[in-house]
Amino acid sequence: MSPLVRAGPAVAVIVVAVALSGAHQNRTAELIRLGIIGFFVLAGFVSWAVTRWRLAEGALQIETGLLRRQSLRFPFPQIQAVDIVRPGLARLFGLAELRVRMASGSRSTGRLAYMSLPYAEAVRGRLLDLSTRSGPNVVGAPAPAAYLPTYAVDPGRLVASILLSGPALILYAIVAGLAVTAASAPSATGGVVAALATTMIALGTAAWARFNGEFGLSIAVAPDGLHVQSGLVQRSAESIPWGRIQALRTVQPLLWRPFGWVRVEADVAGRNVSGRRNRAARQAGRALIPVGSRVEAQWLLDQIMPDRPGDPSRPPARAGWKAPLRYRHLSYAGNERYVVTTSGRLRLVTDQVPLSKIQSIRWTAGPLQRRLRLASVHFDTAGRSVYAVARDRDAGEASRLLAELPARCRQARADDRRVNGP
Amino acid sequence: MEVAGPAAVLVAVSVLAGGAARAWPAGSVAAGGVLVVAVVLDGLLGRRVRAWGYAERAEDLIVRRGVMFRRVSVVPYGRMQFVDVTAGPLERMLGLSTVQLHTAAAASDARIPGLPAEEARRLRDQLAALGESRAAGL
Repeated sequence: MSPLVRAGPAVAVIVVAVALSGAHQNRTAELIRLGIIGFFVLAGFVSWAVTRWRLAEGALQIETGLLRRQSLRFPFPQIQAVDIVRPGLARLFGLAELRVRMASGSRSTGRLAYMSLPYAEAVRGRLLDLSTRSGPNVVGAPAPAAYLPTYAVDPGRLVASILLSGPALILYAIVAGLAVTAASAPSATGGVVAALATTMIALGTAAWARFNGEFGLSIAVAPDGLHVQSGLVQRSAESIPWGRIQALRTVQPLLWRPFGWVRVEADVAGRNVSGRRNRAARQAGRALIPVGSRVEAQWLLDQIMPDRPGDPSRPPARAGWKAPLRYRHLSYAGNERYVVTTSGRLRLVTDQVPLSKIQSIRWTAGPLQRRLRLASVHFDTAGRSVYAVARDRDAGEASRLLAELPARCRQARADDRRVNGP
Repeated sequence: MEVAGPAAVLVAVSVLAGGAARAWPAGSVAAGGVLVVAVVLDGLLGRRVRAWGYAERAEDLIVRRGVMFRRVSVVPYGRMQFVDVTAGPLERMLGLSTVQLHTAAAASDARIPGLPAEEARRLRDQLAALGESRAAGL
């Protein structure tokens, strides 16, 4: 079945093309089209037939390729997450694709396509088990005893939140602008529409991608990690082992504030970034809670990162001269296990980073900051979209942070190893 | 001065241009301009070069840089993924190399340019050894 499903989209396009041009056709054209369909099916079949995989020698091994043999090894300790992805067509046949994510770039994803859903789930369970047993474990969370209550996103709220998001607002502004143009200068409307069409399509696509990706999202807290299911047409089930979460970000856009909605995103190293998705979607990070109440966000944060530091401290008032819009949102808090920083001009962004996940620490001070005796401290993690910055702190405090934190990070890493084994 | 080289070249060019200027007065103005630019550049570059520094501590490497925008990076040896030693054509001519430390975080910024090739090699081996012994997972 795999070959058929793989070749599916291409065949569908050709079938549609044949149907469209069906009115006037001759024998040769017909044959050529059949040949193309056959080629895709055959290609799919060959790629399926030459692919072998096994779990052995501490790694998932995949061998593939007919002309160019390729042998891939995915060592268990380095596995960051395992996803089950079910594109629309595969769902019709009850098939699923398994994706194994490693720490480095976009090419480091192992794909096993396609297998039956129960089998895929069994393989995923086995892989996760092998990877948690051989890799660094928890950030701090003691593995919960059993599956804890599940969070599920409310579809109505998701729609409302997307309608109130930044891209949607730009879209409204464009439509309003068009309406005004149409009313005042009807002859110019055509040109304006043509000029803005691509922007509108891009914005619409982004909104749709978000809806399609985050519809029906649900989270289960399990002993081996977080299980996230989501998707409308293409369902995906991700499992993120404990301790693979590099950072958490809580976002509260200005327009969501009256409703008390927040968004929680997790950053995982080597998150699969497919080329088809647009820039905005890539930057958004993996949503754990696309839109939820503060209570739900709090609950999830406590599950993943318990004992977060309390009472955040504000930067000195003179920082308001340097960052007038941001100032009211800036804060920093830290303890022996986490740093928590807040920032954002219009939206309130809170970044939570475990000390044991910090890769490097940077202290920066621009000309204006130096004049005001301020400095920022950046905490770099292996994630892609979340970066915590303690912005515009008092220069003395920033220097103290830079001096103290490396030792505290080292201690946190050592504690992690002691609790969870090497 | 560390960057006297390029500046000296500029000055030489300006003196030559000045020599030609007797025949063409506008040339002397241009020569003067080049000279001023050279002196200012030399001062700025010199400041930037002097601002660049690094220290190997017991557990981490510290890299400092910048004049207007000052930066200090602290990279624990255990977080190092790999070390890069590069030398462009100009650097090779002057016997210099650039050492860059990479961690799993893209934002990490620990680059030490303009090291004598010998020191760059020593630093690379030293860092590699330290990274090996203190390696921590992600």
